[in-house]
Amino acid sequence: MNIWLNFLIDSLAFGATFMYGSTGEILTEKAGHLNLGIPGIMCMGGAGGCLMLNLIGTSSLPPFLIVILGILSSVLAAMLMGLIYSFLTVTLRANQNVTGLALTTFGVGLMKVIMSKLSPTVYLVTPKAYYRWPFAGRQDSLQCLGVLFFLGVAIAAVSSIVLYRTKVGLHLRAVGENPATADAVGINVTRYKYAATCIGSGIAGLGGFYYIIDYMASQEAYLSLEAFGWLSIALVIFALWRPARTIIGSTIFGFLFSCSSFITNLSFIQVTMAMKPLLKMLPYVFTIIVLIISSVRNKRENQPPQSLGLPYFRENR
Amino acid sequence: MAGTHAAGVREPLVHLSRRTGMPFWKSWLIRLAALAAGLLICGAVAFILIEKLRDDPGKLGDFYCAFIKGSFGTSRKVWKMLKNLAILLSISLALTPAFRMRFWNIGAEGQTLVGVLGAIAVDFYLGGKIPEGLLIALMFLAALLCGGVWGLIPAVFKAKWNTNETLFTLMMNYVATFLVSYFLVIWVPSGSSSLAKLKYGKLPTLVNDYFLIVMIALLLTIGLYIYLNYSKHGYEISVVGESVNTAKYVGINVRRVILRTMILSGVLCGLTGFLIASGLDRTITTESVGGQGFTAIMVSWLANFNPLMMILTSGLIQILNQGAAQISQDFNVSGALPSVIVGIILFFIIGSEFFINYRLHFRHHKTREAIR
Repeated sequence: MNIWLNFLIDSLAFGATFMYGSTGEILTEKAGHLNLGIPGIMCMGGAGGCLMLNLIGTSSLPPFLIVILGILSSVLAAMLMGLIYSFLTVTLRANQNVTGLALTTFGVGLMKVIMSKLSPTVYLVTPKAYYRWPFAGRQDSLQCLGVLFFLGVAIAAVSSIVLYRTKVGLHLRAVGENPATADAVGINVTRYKYAATCIGSGIAGLGGFYYIIDYMASQEAYLSLEAFGWLSIALVIFALWRPARTIIGSTIFGFLFSCSSFITNLSFIQVTMAMKPLLKMLPYVFTIIVLIISSVRNKRENQPPQSLGLPYFRENR
Repeated sequence: MAGTHAAGVREPLVHLSRRTGMPFWKSWLIRLAALAAGLLICGAVAFILIEKLRDDPGKLGDFYCAFIKGSFGTSRKVWKMLKNLAILLSISLALTPAFRMRFWNIGAEGQTLVGVLGAIAVDFYLGGKIPEGLLIALMFLAALLCGGVWGLIPAVFKAKWNTNETLFTLMMNYVATFLVSYFLVIWVPSGSSSLAKLKYGKLPTLVNDYFLIVMIALLLTIGLYIYLNYSKHGYEISVVGESVNTAKYVGINVRRVILRTMILSGVLCGLTGFLIASGLDRTITTESVGGQGFTAIMVSWLANFNPLMMILTSGLIQILNQGAAQISQDFNVSGALPSVIVGIILFFIIGSEFFINYRLHFRHHKTREAIR
């Protein structure tokens, strides 16, 4: 197959990691919570899923059940992390940056402790083929797209529709823009914040699971996961808080990240070793540029949610 | 009150109100209680994670003793703890002026890292070619300059277009990381990408390797405390932090305060970078700061942005870190255990602030008052 097509498919597959992460983060941010715990949540999502697969990976359960149980347990672990975050920031009104960073510290650490105890031959080898379901076993590069990739695209698309085309989405955005007004209209601010954070965390957790079990599918994958959590937060800005745009954004980020290894295969482009780090820097530079442009143009629909980062206490005036 | 009850409106179970002016001792009692509760949960989590503990629960005593053993077991460990404390403390101090202004600078990791990069670059190109004293002075200036510039860039956009500084400074961390790996590729062409320890540019040794660093951090603490609490600049920072509109009304040039404070913040990060570069490592990796830029945010916040308190909070974090490292060594578990323990303790301390800032009123209390 054409090398460019391989390149595109690899970028898509790689990008799905941050697509999950940033779709989850967008839901949380739309409720007014800047969740810097996303890297930790993604790590725990990965650990939760692998923990389940470690139990059932070689059992005689039907493959689809193994796939579903892995996904569910990954979502559950990530949601528990989201619950810790929302309890501290919504109910106890703690500072969101500090709570998020503590959550990342905790999640990354706990994931490493858990993963070091699991056996890769059990959680990785057999289940990997199940997760690559429609294309498993193919010889071309299509084989790296699997169940979790398509689930990610679907979730991003559905989230966009829910956020911008339904009443629930309207209410959620109202909570993120101005919780006091939303409260006055009778929207249950606390419930929306909890729900958005927990569901968002569950989605982000799948990103970590996907990265470990499907995209990288290696036993060292979990060590490099944290960095992609931070990249997911960057992608939120790059996509200007639109879940559907993360599909394109994540492909571009995936492209930039993997082109440093791909570009050496192209005979007509001369790349020095020194260019690789600069290429990997580009996603962050682009994000900064998007952030600056959107603040200079100051168009209302491209701004961060107005109450992002601020705790809501009804009696504060 | 009685009227609403008669009308049958159910009051919520818990009602919150803000409280101010809780006595000093009481707020610290709450924090200590949170710390104790956190340590208990750590024990429980360790019990689940560590096999040796499950086999022999009697070792739980050893588990808690390790926190003391890890930091105070030998004089070498004490100095190591003090050194770690000093580095974390200086990064936290660097962040504090910005935080007091409600400028959420979460880019300390990057600002410190470019400080290290600046100092190491000077050392790499000029080491051995000019006198040692001049070299160290140039490394110092380069670190300060790099840190300052890295802090200034987001501040310019914040001051001019109100660009979200949290997200901007976060991104700058990664730009800094890849900048470092870029220079490593250039400096170490062999492909191993690890720079051997440089021979020149070592900070002079007083008493031992760490003494000077600890002293600098201490002086910085006192200096910053005075700057923030007893100078005109410090006052302006507080006013801008409380309300930008008030600041404008009383004639403070808000833009200038933002730029000035962020340069200060970046320069102090750069200074810490210099301490890491010249005083400790004399080499650089992308992990030279090792996430302390992020930990420092929590240290500064936990201390309520009070420089003197930061000695305590950064000390707490480092004691927990070293204790947990001792545990993972003694009980033979993954080296990631310190982050789990620090994370749990942080959750509890973060949560405890709620009980200091808010008062809870339960429903039955109220009814009783109403009856009376």
